[in-house]
Amino acid sequence: MYEGPVQDLIDELGRLPGIGPKSAQRIAFHLLAADPADIGRLQDALQRVREGVVFCEVCGNVAEQSICRICADPRRDPKLVCVVEEPKDVLAIERTREYRGRYHVLGGALDPLSGVGPDQLRIRELLNRIGTDEITEIILATDPNTEGEATATYLVRLLRDFPGLAVTRLASGLPMGGDLEFADELTLGRALTGRRAV
Amino acid sequence: MYVRQLQVTDFRSWAHADLTFEPGVSVLVGANGQGKTNLIEAIGYVATLGSHRAPTDAPLVRHGSTRAIVRTAVVNAGRELLVELEITPGKSNRARINRAPVGRPRDVLGVLRTVLFAPEDIALVRGDPAERRRFLDELLVARSPRYAGIRGDYDRVLKQRSALLKTAGAARRAGARGEELATLDVWDGHLARHGAELLAARLDLVADLGPHVAAAHAGVAPESRPVEVRYRSTLGAALPDGYGVPGGGRADPEALADALLAELGRIRAQEVERGVCLVGPHRDELELVLGEAPARGYASHGESWSFALALRLGAFHLLRGEGTEPVLLLDDVFAELDRRRRERLAEVAAEAEQVLVTAAVEEDLPEKLAGARYEVRDGEVSRAG
Repeated sequence: MYEGPVQDLIDELGRLPGIGPKSAQRIAFHLLAADPADIGRLQDALQRVREGVVFCEVCGNVAEQSICRICADPRRDPKLVCVVEEPKDVLAIERTREYRGRYHVLGGALDPLSGVGPDQLRIRELLNRIGTDEITEIILATDPNTEGEATATYLVRLLRDFPGLAVTRLASGLPMGGDLEFADELTLGRALTGRRAV
Repeated sequence: MYVRQLQVTDFRSWAHADLTFEPGVSVLVGANGQGKTNLIEAIGYVATLGSHRAPTDAPLVRHGSTRAIVRTAVVNAGRELLVELEITPGKSNRARINRAPVGRPRDVLGVLRTVLFAPEDIALVRGDPAERRRFLDELLVARSPRYAGIRGDYDRVLKQRSALLKTAGAARRAGARGEELATLDVWDGHLARHGAELLAARLDLVADLGPHVAAAHAGVAPESRPVEVRYRSTLGAALPDGYGVPGGGRADPEALADALLAELGRIRAQEVERGVCLVGPHRDELELVLGEAPARGYASHGESWSFALALRLGAFHLLRGEGTEPVLLLDDVFAELDRRRRERLAEVAAEAEQVLVTAAVEEDLPEKLAGARYEVRDGEVSRAG
């Protein structure tokens, strides 16, 4: 244990995701030795995040103004909405540069163990959007794990009765550049089930 | 297959150990507390990613260390694979095959297959149903490693659904309208789908295993009443006829998923009331029947031992019959058996491609059990003959 403020800093850093006690200690001592100007910039950044970041009123993504850049962009196809769990998933899909539609960020997945049910997710907002906008297709892009699959199934049940709305799920299968022999049985099995005619 | 080399670092009592084995019988002899079983346990860990003695990984790491390393060279049909496991309690373990890291430790399952018989196995007969479910699931994974993933998925869905039932039950008792239950249908569907896969595999396993267990039991205890293994599902009468019975049909996961879903619907009120998940393979039981009576509670000490031994030998013969020769691990069991059963076990051991045995004294071993001897003493292993 270090004394006073140093230990406080280590404890706070250690609470961040992906940072264990050793990393926390390393970062703390790095900050102690750092240029005061660098620390100032970090402080400012933290402050601005706390005060300035808002969530887009339409899609729920992190934004600077009340409507995020993607929702405000007229070149984006308003008929297509991709439903994801977290803002970082938006970034992941944006990196593909393939997708020209808009997004809807749920803010998580159904997770009863952590007390997350439909009311804790932005599902009602999604239904409102479908009711008012000109959406024709919903792409479900929740994670392919237990919680993400359950969320997708739940949304399918809610959305399938909307007239004229197509609901699709991201395909799951083999990674590009991989070897067939190294794929696990589950992934390979799904790739087989979801095969397409060429 | 056989284990050609075992190296452990900071595993249980061992700071370091390095042993080479040959096919056939190898016996580790040494007084109690010298660490013989720890070496067998290490080999069993590589095969199942679990210990037969400890439910968690923490006791596996030598006192004062943060992680244990187990390295085994396994020869299967002339091809050698090196499996390395780094066991770090509280974190995820890491694994390498032939020095190349694998994504998940689960990927090493199937490289080494073992059947382990140990004094703890008396719990297979006398212990809770959970012991027998674990026996079935470990054997499923040895048969086909993908069941480790299926079991994992099922456990995850089960935990989520149980959490939902618990909060829903509490809310209902507090007078809320069951809005918490809006997602229960979704979890029911997933539980039925994953549960049906596990259930179908277990039913087929019991159907295939039954005759092997009965034959093994007739061999070790010919004077005893015959034994039978039966799978009892929480589906009860809703389980289609012929499933889980030797010579019956293969279990169809889709039919079982429908049956599970129907059953979940039927008892929903009861589940919400009690806040627990009442239907599914996590509450099933492998019934062990001796003559006409259940072995649990009725079998004598000797009869329980014979039954436990028959289950392990049955598993060994089942795996053998399916192509891969498992390594037989016999941990301190000869001292527990009478002469006839010792000799019967020695006969089976002589057929196996490799058998690793531990014993406190040479006198406990049947005369027929020839093979290499290793002396384990004061943290050292030496080849004695």
